[in-house]
Amino acid sequence: MLAPSPQASSFDPKVLAAHFPILSRTVHGRRLVYLDNAATTQKPDTVLAALARYYTTLNANVHRGVHTLAEEATAAFEFTRRRVARFVGAPDPRGVIMTRNATEALNLVARSWGERLSVGDEVLLTEMEHHSNLVPWIMLARQRGVALRHVPIDDNGRLNLRVFAQLLSPRTRIVAVTAMSNVLGTINPVAEMAEAARRVGAVVVVDGAQAVPHLQVDFAALGCDFLAFSAHKMYGPTGLGFLVGRPELLEMMQPLYGGGEMIREVRLDYASWNDIPYKFEAGTPNIADAVAFTAALDLLEELGMDAVRRHEVELTGYALERLASLGGLEIHGPRDASERGGLVSFADPQIHPHDLATILDTHGVAVRAGHHCAQPLMRRLGVPATARASFAIYNHRDDVDALVEGLRHARAYFGVGGAAS
Amino acid sequence: MSEHGEVNLDELYREVVLDHHRHPRGRHPLPRVDARAHGFNPVCGDEVELAVALDGERIAGVEIQGHGCAICTASGSMMAELVPGRSVGEAEAQVETFRSVMHGGTWPTGSDPGDLEALEGVKHFPVRVKCALLPWVTLRDALRAWRQGHAQAETTSEEEGAP
Ligand SMILES: Cc1ncc(COP(=O)(O)O)c(C=O)c1O
Repeated sequence: MLAPSPQASSFDPKVLAAHFPILSRTVHGRRLVYLDNAATTQKPDTVLAALARYYTTLNANVHRGVHTLAEEATAAFEFTRRRVARFVGAPDPRGVIMTRNATEALNLVARSWGERLSVGDEVLLTEMEHHSNLVPWIMLARQRGVALRHVPIDDNGRLNLRVFAQLLSPRTRIVAVTAMSNVLGTINPVAEMAEAARRVGAVVVVDGAQAVPHLQVDFAALGCDFLAFSAHKMYGPTGLGFLVGRPELLEMMQPLYGGGEMIREVRLDYASWNDIPYKFEAGTPNIADAVAFTAALDLLEELGMDAVRRHEVELTGYALERLASLGGLEIHGPRDASERGGLVSFADPQIHPHDLATILDTHGVAVRAGHHCAQPLMRRLGVPATARASFAIYNHRDDVDALVEGLRHARAYFGVGGAAS
Repeated sequence: MSEHGEVNLDELYREVVLDHHRHPRGRHPLPRVDARAHGFNPVCGDEVELAVALDGERIAGVEIQGHGCAICTASGSMMAELVPGRSVGEAEAQVETFRSVMHGGTWPTGSDPGDLEALEGVKHFPVRVKCALLPWVTLRDALRAWRQGHAQAETTSEEEGAP
């Protein structure tokens, strides 16, 4: 429907953009150029329609009614679970737990699997993690006295795998790593790392918040134990995330929340748990957003993740080239677009990212400026903040050109050299 | 409407503001320090290291280091120019006045905002208000800590509080 044909190996981002109603609005009198997709993506008309359709035709609580609506809503909700399992190559849909977001999914693992850890155990993280994959482990370290270790990055923004190998030991009980950095764009060799981690008996947690929307991610092929991601970064609604886990491990874990849905039998002073995944889904879940999310998966499957990736590599390459041609910008992360996801963090040594973002905003260009929820990484890079442009399927070269034009204006405005061109 | 749409950048970045940003005042180390505070904006990473020298109840000098955007830097620079010579009470009153202006108020009649007046346009850019206020709330906390007999205060822009 959206792509020229289902078999097409590429797509026209401008045709896609027409299916995202918000992209036709203006900001400060300019066309909205939305380049903050790593924070959240916009939603296509199909998702918006699916949301409205859910509430107008299907709305009922799930797993607890015998009437037709309840049955249909339950079927639609469970259909999403199977679709998500298929999308990320999880063999068993019982391993797909619906959460509020990637953050909640990571907290669930840290808290529930973390109960098995004690003093002397280590959790191995990296210097490039998002706060969502740092803070839950810091909390665990405080509660259970486990030690945190961190794989450093090199000056190209890649993980130092030699040090990773050295840090792995029988004390390493968990390795938690992002598949793609939200600041550097670095794509990490997660499968390789998971294999090494398994050899020392560690459980592997992958933060897929950035990778799953932009790369083909196959849970089984990665060889990890847990994978967390959010629907809102992949054209779906906010308030919905996923923890995909190996069912054997999920069976061993304790639920975090008690209440309806997650129980099998309750007496006044006793309760037993439902099967997975339900034992982790206490209370009424986010049914409407989960049901509507299938429309986002339809879109990505129709385009094909290979085509999505090719488009983003092409656009990122173009952005890297245009930004380099401005001269004098610091560009973080791997130089080569094929080694990174569709985002570029940059800084002008003479203009603070905040000021850049404000000026870009007056051009209708939305970028993120700040620490991107990665304060330790900012410290490692030696910068207080960066500006970040991040791409999606509906961005095209014109958007990069608007960004560059805005940056030129910012430099002229602040009287920074190189602005004359 | 300006050349660049509905917002006017020149209102945010007045010439006086850009001048303070390019040549920030208050960067010289103080010979003696009586109160210190560290201000941090967790949203953007802006940081202010503030030191105050007192002569009794009077502010003798202000040193401000750290890193921030043009608005934060200019605001701190203006502060370094404005508060020396004032009493602690007067400086605290100025913090409150500036806060209320940033949250939509106006300068009280008879007040002398000096260059600070040039930052008034920031109130039309709500996300940048915290940038302008960070040096000032850091000063407030340094002075409060000093009153309470502490040498050092920690401030975050999140604690700035409602107007
Ligand atoms: C790498 C990474 N991990 C985790 C998250 C957290 O996602 P959410 O806020 O949807 O839980 C983000 C999003 O900002 C991210 O970029």
